Amino acid sequence: MSANTATRDAYGKTLVQLGRENPDIVVLDADLSQSTKTIMFAREFPDRFFNMGIAEQNLMGTAAGLAASGKIPFASTFAMFATGRAFEPIRNSIAYPRLNVKIAATHAGLTVGEDGASHQCLEDVAIMRAIPNMTVICPADGIETEAVVRAAAAYEGPVYIRLGRAKVPNIYNKDEYSFQWGKGITLKDGGDVTIIATGIMAAAALEAAEDLGRSGISARVIDIHTIKPIDRELIKKAAQQTGAIVTAEEHSIIGGLGSAVAEVLCEEAPVPVIRVGAKDTFGESGTAEELLIKYGLTPGCIMQAVERALKAKGR
Amino acid sequence: MHSLDYDVERLRNIAVRIRRYIIEMTHGAKSGHPGGSLSAVEILAALYFAIMRIDPEVPNWEDRDRFVLSKGHASPVLYATLALRGYFPEEELSRFRRIDSMLQGHPDMKGIPGVEMSTGSLGQGLSAACGMALAAKLNKKDWRVFSLIGDGESQEGMIWEASMAAAHYRLDNLTAFLDHNGLQIDGTNREVMAVEPLADKWKAFGWEVLQVDGHCFAEIIRAAYKARQIKGRPTMIIAKTTKGKGVSFMEDKADWHGKAPSDEEKDIALRELEVVCCEC
Repeated sequence: MSANTATRDAYGKTLVQLGRENPDIVVLDADLSQSTKTIMFAREFPDRFFNMGIAEQNLMGTAAGLAASGKIPFASTFAMFATGRAFEPIRNSIAYPRLNVKIAATHAGLTVGEDGASHQCLEDVAIMRAIPNMTVICPADGIETEAVVRAAAAYEGPVYIRLGRAKVPNIYNKDEYSFQWGKGITLKDGGDVTIIATGIMAAAALEAAEDLGRSGISARVIDIHTIKPIDRELIKKAAQQTGAIVTAEEHSIIGGLGSAVAEVLCEEAPVPVIRVGAKDTFGESGTAEELLIKYGLTPGCIMQAVERALKAKGR
Repeated sequence: MHSLDYDVERLRNIAVRIRRYIIEMTHGAKSGHPGGSLSAVEILAALYFAIMRIDPEVPNWEDRDRFVLSKGHASPVLYATLALRGYFPEEELSRFRRIDSMLQGHPDMKGIPGVEMSTGSLGQGLSAACGMALAAKLNKKDWRVFSLIGDGESQEGMIWEASMAAAHYRLDNLTAFLDHNGLQIDGTNREVMAVEPLADKWKAFGWEVLQVDGHCFAEIIRAAYKARQIKGRPTMIIAKTTKGKGVSFMEDKADWHGKAPSDEEKDIALRELEVVCCEC
């Protein structure tokens, strides 16, 4: 594992590289460019950066108009305001006409930290996943973020990219990593149970799997970066081969990765599924680390969920 | 539009045909929005037959002017205008709002030649028009962007977000029309949510504001021509109109915002619409 990076930092750096490679890339922000890291692009390409002020609906609508005119807009703000405040412009002005807008939302989840519940978006995946034509991606680390942002720029159509504020460990090696649209990545093989994680919970899942190994439990770990369209085959195979599933996400267990996995499995390969995530609750102020512990998003919590899943499997 | 040359007789006759189609389409679909379509007929006819640089043979011509119907429920006036301008056969109009038809209840840019933006949820089209105008500036192109918003629509906060941004980015290649008929579904603007003083508001937001009789081709076209000359800021042309214009029993009636005429009402309306209703 290499150094820790916040996925928003990797996003900011990759945007600059893309800006150099493709003059059609434009970036919009809503007065949060220092936090979302689009300021890096703004400094190098001031003519292609549009600060839309604290006006998220117009941010999305303007991005739609730029895309309709051949540009590749990346629209950034916090996940809460992007998907909450601007839901309808995203649905009607971007997704319905399938316009080529990339919504890169940072500060998703509890790890926003001290800002508290008003800024800790735990519903964005559920909201974006319900919109037709929308692709939903949540990278696990800085390496994956770079690949995701590049792939999103090359893809024709709307994409929602979920990014975080806090530094996370790099679980991938840049030279070996290869991103495939809509394909999950098996991080570790195992036969007793499968932990399916997304975003920063992929690192926690790996840690849990190592600890479980010491107790003789062989856990498979899968990183689902593309939550929609989800890798149905990989999930189905994991269920058939290991017989029990635990999902892990820094998002509400309602409507996020856990729901998406359960939707696949109840139709195609019913096995016990235990969801680790925020339990239908708002967050609160605290450090990222304290919040992950208090709201049950640690490797230890994943291990407890695995035990429950194995018990259910044995019945 | 590079000059003020236009044939007003031709425009008046086109307006008659658009109005007749609005009645036939909403009657045929047994739904739709005749009131706010009839109020915008001269604006749309002027845009597509006198003002905009377009080529219906090549709807996606890169250097075309763009029009965004922000008040998307007025789709009948847009569809009838596009058909008469040659974007698609007039026979299509009879399929308005029917299953498997390209003519959706509200404009769908993916399915309809000449429609530049999917709209219908109020307040969103002006933002898209801003994005298009920004793209033209970025590409150093001289094509222009036009949009039509409603006065009821001006109650949406997003309109004012777009208004602020258009002035901030000095979008002098953006010209918007405000179809100011004074009515919305639940009654007059004044009763539902006062929007006046509209001219002062747009001026305060940094726009050039022109006021015209929205049923007078000469005034509409002259204002659009003037907007071309204005540098450094966008222009709002507030067009005073009559909702339901041209059909006596629909004029100035909020009831006709979103109601289709019956068989009998359609016949009366079409008889009234055999002649030009606006001589200006």
